[in-house]
Amino acid sequence: MKKTKKFLALALGTALSLSMLAGCGGNTDAPSENTAEATDESKESAENSESAEAPATEDTEAPAASGSGSVYWLNFKPESDEVLQDIAAIYKEKTGVDVKVVTAASGTYSQTLLSEMDKSAPPTLFVIGNQAGVKDWTDYALDLTDTPIANELSTDAYNLYDENGKLVSIGYCYECYGIIVNPDLIVKAGHTMDEIKDFDSLKAVAEDIHSRAGELGFDAFSSSDMDASSSWRFTGHMANLEYYYEQEGSTWTECPATISGKYMDNFKNLYDLCINNSLTDPKELATGGHDAENEFKTGQAAFFVNGSWEYEAVKNDVPNATMIPYYCGVDGEEKAGLNCGTENCWAINCKASEEDQQATMDFMVWCVTDPDASRKLVDTFGVMPYKQAAESTNGFLAAADAYTADGCYVMNWATNFQPNVDSYRATLVSALNQYNADQSDANWETVRTAFVDGWAAEYNAVNN
Amino acid sequence: MKNNKNANSNSIKKATRRWGFLFLGPVLIAFTIGFIWPFIQGIWLSMCQFRLISDAKFTGFDNYIKVFQDASFRHAFWYTALFAVVSLAIINVLAFTVAYILTLDIKGSNLFRTVFFMPNLIGGIVLGYIWSMIFDGILGHYQTSILLESKYGFWGLIILMCWQQIGYMMIIYIAGLQNVPGDILEAARIDGATSLQTLFKVTIPNVMSSFTICIFLSLTNGFKLFDQNLALTGGQPFVIQQGGTTIKTTEMLALNIYNTFYSSNTTSQGVAQAKAVVFFVLVAGLGLLQLSFTRKKEVQQ
Repeated sequence: MKKTKKFLALALGTALSLSMLAGCGGNTDAPSENTAEATDESKESAENSESAEAPATEDTEAPAASGSGSVYWLNFKPESDEVLQDIAAIYKEKTGVDVKVVTAASGTYSQTLLSEMDKSAPPTLFVIGNQAGVKDWTDYALDLTDTPIANELSTDAYNLYDENGKLVSIGYCYECYGIIVNPDLIVKAGHTMDEIKDFDSLKAVAEDIHSRAGELGFDAFSSSDMDASSSWRFTGHMANLEYYYEQEGSTWTECPATISGKYMDNFKNLYDLCINNSLTDPKELATGGHDAENEFKTGQAAFFVNGSWEYEAVKNDVPNATMIPYYCGVDGEEKAGLNCGTENCWAINCKASEEDQQATMDFMVWCVTDPDASRKLVDTFGVMPYKQAAESTNGFLAAADAYTADGCYVMNWATNFQPNVDSYRATLVSALNQYNADQSDANWETVRTAFVDGWAAEYNAVNN
Repeated sequence: MKNNKNANSNSIKKATRRWGFLFLGPVLIAFTIGFIWPFIQGIWLSMCQFRLISDAKFTGFDNYIKVFQDASFRHAFWYTALFAVVSLAIINVLAFTVAYILTLDIKGSNLFRTVFFMPNLIGGIVLGYIWSMIFDGILGHYQTSILLESKYGFWGLIILMCWQQIGYMMIIYIAGLQNVPGDILEAARIDGATSLQTLFKVTIPNVMSSFTICIFLSLTNGFKLFDQNLALTGGQPFVIQQGGTTIKTTEMLALNIYNTFYSSNTTSQGVAQAKAVVFFVLVAGLGLLQLSFTRKKEVQQ
């Protein structure tokens, strides 16, 4: 008995220390464990897909795919996965070229990219969405200057260049964010949308609704949870107003080493308005669990801080939903527009074979020129900035256009420059949690430190 | 006859020597692919700067220097050590107590054993999120949250780990307790030992090998904890210092390594890899030390 026990003990101990060793040494494999959801079963059987043999369908617009290349698109937007799989199947049917679409699970794009690029058949089409991405991946990106796809663009506003002027990635859609409003509820509360012109008028409407919430049956703002599924609406998006105004009319082209925090009080104005005139007590925001989208859809709240991608989700329940800018008490903000920009930029992998690069280029051009394909893509992406692409049906992007047409300034996505972004935002969340629990000046000073000094600290951490 | 027998066993020995590798082969290959190679590669990468592991650049011991200069790593180490010691003590005391009670011929003890063991079957991430809701449901009444005070985060994690691990350790202790020979216990009773004396002078020395395993498991589990830490607090709350640098007060070693690996500095992957190697040496060293220490306390029957 004793011997068996001893042996068992030894075996257990050994097994454990071994699994520990393996866990340690295998750390480099960690990214591949965050597996991409490979939803497409059709693997790259490139050799079999001779485009010449594929019977050309009546659609003459399908480009003749040259050679035996195939396309592997590492997709960044989980919500568009289904449509992209469709598009891939249609393209395969029309041209015989294999298109594999793999979607990184929400929030794991960079890990997935890291591991996929290291495989023997890496993505040929991937996303480089911001300057940090350009820095990391420029060596793997084809220069897109004067390529067929670049010539189809209707604007170069969403292109990303590296420091040598190489066109690393080009926007395939753009988005806007601001404050989503349910105009019907505003009217029900006895106000009009025209009243809301700046921060003071927004504050008056929001505070009035909040004070009469019991009688009206709805509140002003939906919950602003600070858990990972929601905090980016504030630490990423709303923070943009501070960065935008701090640029003082110009736009950053690279990440500044420090920021001044000159417009922190304006950020505080809007943030305070959001948390203090809401369905949820600010003290209950830390771990989340409230569904802001649902609160807005079901008419429990009139305002919802989010972006144009929400249009599909809310349009059936709130058909009149529109979007207003981040009014925050800056001079001249009556002329503010929405925050427009993108993190959705295509890059072609220059380390892929020539055939694959060509096949990828053909596929991209088809996506933005074929009427049916671009219709489908525009319906999921919102809008595509290409000359021949289908028209947008997104009400929030239409609002963005309307502001621009009225001569309002577009607030660019300066927030994309946030250094060491995950860590920077996590710090900000921690500080905002303390502030939400106790809105003292000292706690706001901590938020300011995280916001302003945190920027410099993260910049140094990344660049030194 | 005798010669024949010798020749026979000799030829068997020969054959074993010649063909043995065939039988070792599959295990050896699997072991090499799954463990030896990644481990060697891990050590190599800890001395490199890399983004993709296929184009790593050798940088010598720079990464290790950065590891020891990193205040967040030192904080994570002490925090983890404290956590491991506290959780080790509480888990083992409670698990042994429960095991002792459940071997006293209580009605329905099988049901209790099953129920106590069940939390082990739930994944760490799920547990972390569920418990964060439970804790906040309670702390919410006091206008606070587990993410606002590091002491809540610490004790929350201890409670979570106890809930998950006690059942598992209990099973090992029960197996040990059932192996204590009845004649020794009977002898103790005849000699007039009180039940407390029996417990401390007879039973516990006889289940020392169970203690060895359980203490080893809970010590290394404590050090390697990751999922529960990530899901419960994710390192929050942070202390934001003057100058904007932060200390993630409830971040343990494994989470610190993970966060380092995925920060966007060009050298951070290599530094994280070096941390992982240091981490391995620490855990392996502590584990072996503990094993040799408790081994000495085991008694031979």
